[in-house]
Amino acid sequence: MADLNRTALHALHLRLGAKMVPFAGYDMPVQYPGGVLKEHLHTRSAAGLFDVGHMGQVLVTAISGKQADAALALERLVPVDLAGLAEGRQRYGFLTNDAGGIIDDLMIANRGDHFFIVVNASRKAEDLAALRAGLPDYCDVAEVPGRGLIALQGPEAEAALARLVPDAPEFAFMDVGIRLWQGVELWISRSGYTGEDGFEISVPDAFAEALAERLLEMPEVAPIGLGARDSLRLEAGLCLYGHDIDEETTPVEAGLAWAIQKIRRSGGARSGGFPGAERILRELAEGTPRKRRGLRPEGRAPMREGVEIYASDEGGAPIGRVTSGGFGPSIEAPMAMAYLPPDLPEGSTVYGDVRGKRLPARIVPMPFRPATFKR
Amino acid sequence: MKFTEDHEWLRVEGDLVIVGITEHASEQLGDVVFVDLPEAGRSVSTGDEVVVIESVKAASDILAPLDGEIVAVNDALADTPALVNEDPLGKGWFFKMKVADLSALDGFMDEAAYKALIG
Repeated sequence: MADLNRTALHALHLRLGAKMVPFAGYDMPVQYPGGVLKEHLHTRSAAGLFDVGHMGQVLVTAISGKQADAALALERLVPVDLAGLAEGRQRYGFLTNDAGGIIDDLMIANRGDHFFIVVNASRKAEDLAALRAGLPDYCDVAEVPGRGLIALQGPEAEAALARLVPDAPEFAFMDVGIRLWQGVELWISRSGYTGEDGFEISVPDAFAEALAERLLEMPEVAPIGLGARDSLRLEAGLCLYGHDIDEETTPVEAGLAWAIQKIRRSGGARSGGFPGAERILRELAEGTPRKRRGLRPEGRAPMREGVEIYASDEGGAPIGRVTSGGFGPSIEAPMAMAYLPPDLPEGSTVYGDVRGKRLPARIVPMPFRPATFKR
Repeated sequence: MKFTEDHEWLRVEGDLVIVGITEHASEQLGDVVFVDLPEAGRSVSTGDEVVVIESVKAASDILAPLDGEIVAVNDALADTPALVNEDPLGKGWFFKMKVADLSALDGFMDEAAYKALIG
């Protein structure tokens, strides 16, 4: 506990009365005095400010200065179309291992003469190792020192940020750009992990607290902790690394095949050529014996991570296990994700073993609550 | 009113003991979204898991504080589990139990001792 890292907003969290918990080696706010439920609903109705400064920020640059060199090099590690990613645009992707498992999921932005990558806090070391080992010598991999990261999410995020960055409304979903605020470089992207419209803003540590406080002064903006961040992303059907995806799950099993563009699939111009390609391309064509599915438990009892799923209300072996589950404040019902056979049709009923009782749950499409991204 | 080290409160009403959780416990749990109550008529022994409280954060067990029989449960919690947060010492009660000997309550903390426990 003694050597937990702190983000640039640590002192602010304490002043705001946050309850702090260790998370991925950082001392992070799990909730503020309002509580998880209120924070969740506030983000859906107004705007929430999240400290995501624990996440890793990485730059990948080709020594040649040619962005195409960096793009093609990264494509050796990431099964998405990066050579076709326009300057000023960002894309969701993942690093895969030789077995087709997911080393981490990440956001990759084309910033003209380099790529800016945001990775999970808990996977920084593995990501940097995979990038350094897998990229050719003509690519430089550098962790960005001394920058915090703030997510501003919710229907009023745009109006809030526009007071500081007047052209923020002109960013389309997944646009990235650098803007000056009081002479400070903000690296802005229109993205997030809540299912809401919003922005992620990289800011120098020395100015992170001033920026957060300036945003929190606005009546629509409230600080939101990791507790609500988890229920928001779960309602949005988004994966949490280490729970819903890991080195043992492939992107196809995880329902992330949408992130693999045609050009990287069999028959595409730059098909394969990434770790685990053989398995992932085969699964894209033939399917997988298990897939991440959405569950809506009947009643109000949540089915949490680890709950075993059965095909019937007694007997038989488990057919899957919940990887994330909880209560959705916006849908006012429990929800869960589980790896299950893909041939079970949507709407069919399965049973989760909750404290020795098999409780029914329906297989439903995700997201549990539709996203409101600004396209 | 008496208190257990598990942050339950016990209140005598006639020959019954009403059981709930303290304000401190309700704050620690966070927003309660589901309460799994026992069936009335169930006989319990001290330490039996009788109630499960699901909050937005986690599931927590409530243990039977005494030997006895559950004679009534708070059905209002089925539709309004938030009563546990809003009024933990009142409308957020969990169950009423019949115990063999009410003097067993003497072994629990009084309010001053409980306050000292939670600091």
